[in-house]
Amino acid sequence: MYKIAVLGDYDSVYGFATLGLDTFPVSTHEEAAETLNRLAAGKYGIIYITEVWAEQLKQEISKYQEQITPAIIRIPGISGNTGAGVAGVKKSVEIAVGSDILFS
Amino acid sequence: MASKQITPTRMELTKTKKKLVTARRGHKLLKDKRDELMRQFLELVKENMALRQKVEAGILSANKNFVIAKAGMDEATLNTALMAPKQEVNLEVGHKNVMSVDIPVFETKTRTADANDIYSYGFAFTSSDLDDAVKSLADILPDMLKLAETEKACQLMAAEIEKTRRRVNALEHVTIPEAQATIKYITMKLDENERSSQIRLMKVKDMMLEEAHKYSERA
Repeated sequence: MYKIAVLGDYDSVYGFATLGLDTFPVSTHEEAAETLNRLAAGKYGIIYITEVWAEQLKQEISKYQEQITPAIIRIPGISGNTGAGVAGVKKSVEIAVGSDILFS
Repeated sequence: MASKQITPTRMELTKTKKKLVTARRGHKLLKDKRDELMRQFLELVKENMALRQKVEAGILSANKNFVIAKAGMDEATLNTALMAPKQEVNLEVGHKNVMSVDIPVFETKTRTADANDIYSYGFAFTSSDLDDAVKSLADILPDMLKLAETEKACQLMAAEIEKTRRRVNALEHVTIPEAQATIKYITMKLDENERSSQIRLMKVKDMMLEEAHKYSERA
């Protein structure tokens, strides 16, 4: 049985707790990296992470890119949409096709 | 080119021919796999993009609602209201095999069936803005799960397509031409050997006849 985690700054994630997702507010880089690794090793199938933190944890996230679980999904945080999520989709098109032919 | 230490023997020739047949077959299969994967990937990635835009817009407006809700109450009340969530979401992870790529299938089970269990607080001390905020977030949750599923599938498929494409190219531009060159080299070498032994035999025959009949003296 897996669970769903939401990782990010407190203001961006506290709302998800009401839905029954596990929230993990983080404030420093080390804390975030450590939490992400712990979640990925644990029973979390989906980890939503705010775009701002995803940017900082790029290396850690790329480790899990080719595994089936966890699925690490970027979501916009309270500070707004940085476009990193859309860029991620475009990147996977680029990997597959060679260049972004769909959303350019 | 294939001029790296090949012994031009018949055995080597048979081996290389077999290798060429296998390589051609593998090439064809992998090419088909790549094309089909690509077709499915393009479909999926379009869906992924649409979902992402929907989810991002949804989360953005939910966040706005939360800010409004927060503005209308003091922080302590809000924290208390959200402190002990009633609902709990559990996730079942299944697998689906798409062209030999394992992609996850997520299925969620909520702890209680009641949709109103997302409100983990009494309504006495909180504003209705908070209810709206929580509701707006709950509304996009199914899309968020769908997004997680498709986005992960897209990432996995993209990686697999890249791998398959490399293999197709390696077979097409390296393995197959190499095998063809080797076959050509060996056949030429064997033919050459054949001709040279033929000539040698003719020469020997001439010499033997000369020895027996002394043609050059009679002329």
